[in-house]
Amino acid sequence: MLATHSEKRTVMLLKDEVEMLRRITLFSGLPPAKLKLLAFTSDRVIYGAGESLFHQGDIGDAAYVILSGRADVLVATQTGQLKVAEVEQNSIVGEIAILCNTPRTATVKTTTALEALRIRKDDFLKLLADFPEMAVEIMRVLADRLSQTTSELTEARSRAQRAEA
Amino acid sequence: METRLSRYIWTHTRKQQLWILLVVALSMIPYFLSFDLPKQIVNGPIQGEGFEGPEATQAFLPVSFNLPGFGEVNLFSGFQLEREGMLLALSLVFLLLVIVNGLFKFYINTYKGRLGERLLRRIRFELVDRVLRFPPSHFKRVKPAEISTMIKDEVEPLGGFTGDAFVQPALLGGQALTALIFILLQSLWLGLIAAFIVAIQAVIIPRMRRRLIVLGRERQLTARELSGRVSEIVDGIGTIRGHDTSNYERADIAARLGRIFKIRYDLYQWKFLVKFLNNFLAQVTPFLFYSIGGYFALQGRLDIGQLVAVIGAYKDLPGPLKELIDWDQARQDVQVKYAQVVEQFSVEPLIDPGVQAISVTSVAPITGALAAVNLSVADDGGSRLVEHVSLQVRPGEAIAITGGSTGGGEALAEAFGRLTWPESGRIVVGDDDIHDLPESIVGRRISYASSEVYTFQGSLGDNLLYGLKHAPLTEVVYEGDKAAHRRWELLEAKLAGNPSLDLNSDWIDYGAAAATGPDDLFAKVREVLDTVLLTNDIMALAVRSTINPAQHEAFAGEIVAMRGALRRRLEAEKLSDLVVFFEPGSYNVEATIGENLLFGTVTDQARWEKALEDHPFFKTVLKRAGLHEAFYEMGLEIAGNVVELFRDLPPDHPFFQQLTFMAAEEIPAYEALLQKLRGRAIDEVSEDDAIKIIRLCFGYIEPRHRFGLLSEELMSQIVKARREFSEGLPEDLIGIIEHYQPNHYMASASIIDNVLFGRIGHRHTDGSERIRAIVRDLFETLGLYNNVLAFGLDFDVGAGGKRLTAGQRQKLNLARALIRMSDFYIFNQPLLALDQRAQEQITRNVFAFLRQDDRKPAIVWVLANPALSELFDRQAHFENGHLVRDEAVETAAKDSDYKELAS
Repeated sequence: MLATHSEKRTVMLLKDEVEMLRRITLFSGLPPAKLKLLAFTSDRVIYGAGESLFHQGDIGDAAYVILSGRADVLVATQTGQLKVAEVEQNSIVGEIAILCNTPRTATVKTTTALEALRIRKDDFLKLLADFPEMAVEIMRVLADRLSQTTSELTEARSRAQRAEA
Repeated sequence: METRLSRYIWTHTRKQQLWILLVVALSMIPYFLSFDLPKQIVNGPIQGEGFEGPEATQAFLPVSFNLPGFGEVNLFSGFQLEREGMLLALSLVFLLLVIVNGLFKFYINTYKGRLGERLLRRIRFELVDRVLRFPPSHFKRVKPAEISTMIKDEVEPLGGFTGDAFVQPALLGGQALTALIFILLQSLWLGLIAAFIVAIQAVIIPRMRRRLIVLGRERQLTARELSGRVSEIVDGIGTIRGHDTSNYERADIAARLGRIFKIRYDLYQWKFLVKFLNNFLAQVTPFLFYSIGGYFALQGRLDIGQLVAVIGAYKDLPGPLKELIDWDQARQDVQVKYAQVVEQFSVEPLIDPGVQAISVTSVAPITGALAAVNLSVADDGGSRLVEHVSLQVRPGEAIAITGGSTGGGEALAEAFGRLTWPESGRIVVGDDDIHDLPESIVGRRISYASSEVYTFQGSLGDNLLYGLKHAPLTEVVYEGDKAAHRRWELLEAKLAGNPSLDLNSDWIDYGAAAATGPDDLFAKVREVLDTVLLTNDIMALAVRSTINPAQHEAFAGEIVAMRGALRRRLEAEKLSDLVVFFEPGSYNVEATIGENLLFGTVTDQARWEKALEDHPFFKTVLKRAGLHEAFYEMGLEIAGNVVELFRDLPPDHPFFQQLTFMAAEEIPAYEALLQKLRGRAIDEVSEDDAIKIIRLCFGYIEPRHRFGLLSEELMSQIVKARREFSEGLPEDLIGIIEHYQPNHYMASASIIDNVLFGRIGHRHTDGSERIRAIVRDLFETLGLYNNVLAFGLDFDVGAGGKRLTAGQRQKLNLARALIRMSDFYIFNQPLLALDQRAQEQITRNVFAFLRQDDRKPAIVWVLANPALSELFDRQAHFENGHLVRDEAVETAAKDSDYKELAS
């Protein structure tokens, strides 16, 4: 038990996290000292394969930066869970719910063992207020996703029309 | 209540007053004897009067008196004593008289004091008894603090006055009258002058006192209002601060205090003016004696001896007279106070005492219907909340009342619950008016719960069972001293007109909760708590509480035994890495370095801080273990990291909540310290500075803070130093640390920490949730659940239940009503503080609970959510105080079903 912990310990230091955060586009513009602060105020959490980071419909209280491992983004449909995306190392999930105070729009379930940095809602919002460049970056990411979603929607519609015809 | 205090006192203490008067009269005999004795001693044995010869003797204690027409009767000729013997004998008699006088005084004072205290007890009880019988509307007008001030403070002087109420005027009046008669006997004219002045005093002084009485009444009222305002400030402190109105309150209090000051100052001025006048009149009399009497004496119309005798006699008049006037002042004072209080408590219509009469027997169920008959209820302003409503609730029926807050359903429920009285119309139970029936019927067979909850200060369990405490049901058998004490209690209660109900008796009516005794009541409690979804809340309170293992030895043992079970369970569920257990021989990475080093928790933080600073023990042990320098380096590292992270943040930044090593204000100091210590080895650093740095290590948890400071070697060193810390702990430090012992219950830790005996890993977000669920489950399988729940029931809910959340209070209130087996349950939106889903769930649970075992009590539920009305037999819909629709719920549904089938 002790051995496994110490083994992990060698790879999970604050400064490594800072390195990882730096690789994420969203945080790349932040000064290293702030990234360290962000890492320090966040929780380092681990999940086994098949565990959920959060469930669709929950109240959003944190965003997650994935440090290692993979997870599926699942949305409940009438026919069951539909996988809409996959997230992996260096991506951030769960930020929408804490930005607009809505329940979680999807479930995120790990497919491998996963390590993540859990950034609490209040800390995240405080960071946005302190660093406008981060807010702009968030906007950019969201706009990207929106345009992607729109094109997917258009495609889906045209497919549906073809099918009807 | 009796409006005149003197009559009230006389009615209740007549016999005692007469007795004490008799004793006082008796006490006068030795009192006057002791006056004459000094003269006898000085004149007799000391100056030698009657001891002319050296061998002369005198009779001591001769008993003889003159019988008119018979001559002298000599009963006892006395002992013949010489001069020295006589001196000793008379001195001893003097001593005896001193003792007798003292004993009389002692007896009289204690008797009067006891009399006063008993009367005070009686009047206080009577007042509280009246509060218990006030009509509901009165409570909207009075402030609780004012009532308690009246009962506590304003009647207090009455006790002191009671003993003197009749004895004092009799005694002083007698003395004054004697003196006056004596003067009259000496000289008629001078006597008449004295009598005239006395008459002036008797007329003028009370007249002047009238103003004093008015002022006294004002003083009392303003003081009472002040206490009301102070309690308002305490109750409304949130509102005051929230609206920045504290200065308005300051102004109000200052104005009130100013008014009180003015009244009190006026009072003093008048009081001393009256005193001045009184003294003046008293002194005028001798002036008249000297001038007029002297003039007559010069003219030879008055004997000089007579004049001297009159002046001598007058000495005895002003004393009693002054005291008499003082007594009168006190009398008026307490009379005003008494009248004021009585006026406040003379509320009509008071509930008849018979309605609240105690009933120890169980009450037969109500078989008739509960009904509102042409009922109108008005609020304080006179506007009608319910108008001419007739609604019958038959036994066993479930009625949903809908219509929202303006409908009037809530007011109807309050009228059913006897919280408001009808303006017109009646509430009847069967054929009787609900307000004529004793509370032992309507207060037990009808249960009411609303969202306005009152929780009494005390344990959660006491509050839950509060609704079962109607009467003392067991006879407590007292033995020895306790029996004597109980006899005394009963006697005193009787003498002060208090009831003799025994608070130590078991007041819980188990039958009313469908239990047979304390043992199976718990099952019922649990069932009710499950129904209102309060069990988990209470379990959470319970596992976070600390218990004294000495008192609960068996339980503590079971908890210790549970540690192993928890481990096995976690292993079985492959959750072992959720918790890192404390092992004497290994480092616990999820615990702080401090915990690892001490292998225990600090129980006395203040002493620990001090010991860390100036006790040599820590330093020596750290040095011996080779940790002193390592810790210093580590502390520097932590300080450096913290300063780097938090330097630029304003002190109120929310990130500081994550900072456990130091307070936000300490950062600049540490920054300076780091500058100072840079590049210096530990031996070059002052002791104080080294401690400041080293102490930072104690709070460090590697997985949480992730500074990368712990090496395998360091951890084993810390584990090694552990033993020295526990075994070598000097005597003066014992008691500030409680060590982790795998086979011992830790008194300073909570129940859950004792079960875990380890730390939940920081890396599992829902770790504590999952552990809590597993622990709850384990409690259940090991049969400890009820024990733990019982500790939760011991939780002190605080003043007004403020230590519980609003939702918990409402659940508790509902549970309090449910645990009573009643025939009618009136629920007036009892769960407003809960969310819709929980409300719905509990409502369904309550229906299931009240409908089990063939029970079918009637349910009247004022619903906030009309969707739930499907559970009910009937739905009564209110709009603007009128009942607009009253229809069966099921029939409507059945009709449509039927129609569907038919089509």
